[in-house]
Amino acid sequence: MSTHGAMVDIRSVRKSFGPLEVLRGVDLQVRTGEVTVVLGPSGSGKSTLLRTINHLEKVDSGSVSVNGALVGYRREDPAAARRSFRRGERPARLYELREREILKQRTEIGFVFQNFHLFPHLTVLENLTEAPVAALRRPKKEAAETARALLARVGLADKADAYPRTLSGGQQQRVAIARALALEPKLLLFDEPTSALDPELVGEVLEVIKDLAHQGTTMIVVTHEIGFAREVADTVVFMDGGRIVEQGPPGEVLDRPRHERTRSFLSKVL
Amino acid sequence: MPLTTDPPAARTAPERAGPPADDDPAALVVVPVRRPWRWAAIAVTAVLIAQFGHGLLTNPAWEWGVFARFFTAGTVLTAVGTTLQLTVYGTALGFALGIVLAFMRLSASPFLRAVAFGYIWAFRSIPLIVQLLFWFNLAYLYKRLDFGIPFGPGFFHVDTMGLVGAMGAAVLGLALHQAAYAAEIVRGGVLAVDGGQLEAAAALGIPRLRQLRRIVLPQAARSILPNAANEVISLFKGTSIVSVMAIGELFYQVQVVYGRNGAVVPLLMVATVWYILLTTVLSVLQHYVERHFSKGATR
Repeated sequence: MSTHGAMVDIRSVRKSFGPLEVLRGVDLQVRTGEVTVVLGPSGSGKSTLLRTINHLEKVDSGSVSVNGALVGYRREDPAAARRSFRRGERPARLYELREREILKQRTEIGFVFQNFHLFPHLTVLENLTEAPVAALRRPKKEAAETARALLARVGLADKADAYPRTLSGGQQQRVAIARALALEPKLLLFDEPTSALDPELVGEVLEVIKDLAHQGTTMIVVTHEIGFAREVADTVVFMDGGRIVEQGPPGEVLDRPRHERTRSFLSKVL
Repeated sequence: MPLTTDPPAARTAPERAGPPADDDPAALVVVPVRRPWRWAAIAVTAVLIAQFGHGLLTNPAWEWGVFARFFTAGTVLTAVGTTLQLTVYGTALGFALGIVLAFMRLSASPFLRAVAFGYIWAFRSIPLIVQLLFWFNLAYLYKRLDFGIPFGPGFFHVDTMGLVGAMGAAVLGLALHQAAYAAEIVRGGVLAVDGGQLEAAAALGIPRLRQLRRIVLPQAARSILPNAANEVISLFKGTSIVSVMAIGELFYQVQVVYGRNGAVVPLLMVATVWYILLTTVLSVLQHYVERHFSKGATR
């Protein structure tokens, strides 16, 4: 199933919200250590695609695997099933995973939201220690140490005891990134991480993400920051109308786009 | 809070010594507008309040001596204790069941949603006093309760009379009634929490129950508390309705006393002052509980 050690393997994924089909058969492979940047107009399905990768959104058909494991399902082939009388005639079955198993899968996938979604009633430090303590059963003390180190890494060592609402948007998003990193995920997903920020705060968040990219973190970034894509991406993916229109190295997709749709999009945002 | 605000009193520019120049706006003295009608209104209100206070003190019909004698009498104190017990049990059981019902109404299962909706519909529709009399007469409907396999044989049984005494029936009635209201208040609070919070918690792999306990409920508490405090206070005074079941709570007890000695007004005042005192205590408590749950909030 997996293609050459792809960390993320998305196969003909479809997803509708009511009558609106937002993903119309998407295939995407992301290799370990790569940075993939997904571009596209709003409504093109890029955020939905990202959300299917950690099962925040259930797909209608197709499959998503991370590290060789299906996300949200367990596949059982009839040949492997114990009581299969007519071998080969029954189709393979997908069993929905229990919520606990899905939650466990998610601890290996960090997700950073457009609107941060920090827990406002917890301090910055508590925001970072909550998941390691609750989901990975780390001792509180150890989790706090890791958290302080992560805060130092995003340049917010002095904000450990502050409440999120006292921070600027850029600082909040850096805390959110640190919170995602606290679980030591194998994959990081960013859903328009700078879209809710004032223009002068975008840079500090992108710096943190670039820093992670240079350390070889596998990540998928949905964004409108073309400059960031050019500088950091290994692969740029352009989506429109629920499909991937084209993908390739930034030099190709951004500078010599093959499709008219990509060209007209880039001419508007550049 | 006044509906209008006075402009700040005469403002001068202290940093400027010497006679102010005519053309310097910062040095001009502001003269507040006169409000004679406001002073008239204050005078009238003050006279009315003074008259009321004077009446309370001088009218012998208030019988403050009787009030003082009974305010801390043993029977009254015991009755206050019973009232508090009814309030505490009613609130605790009511909100415990209310939280369960709220999450049933928010559940993905149509069956659980319908059951919770039906419960809330029924218990909000039946007057509390009717319900209390029903529970009081439970033994008439079911002589004994069997515990065992549903529709099958029972393992042991208890007499309903012994299980649900007058006090038990009262607590049960108050709690079941309260649960219906509590459920809606809790549900409202949970709905007020931004959906992104649950999503973030889910994305971090935090277990479901902990998501509710640690992320959702503490945030929901902020909007639940003002309404919940209303409910607790209204239940506290609502316990007086239990007097129809001849339970010795505060209101029943003062009725008994004035039935004997005829001092209706002073004894009603005994009950009134106790209700006011304890409601005040609850309000103060509410302030501190709300402050606890406003951690990290900016308003």
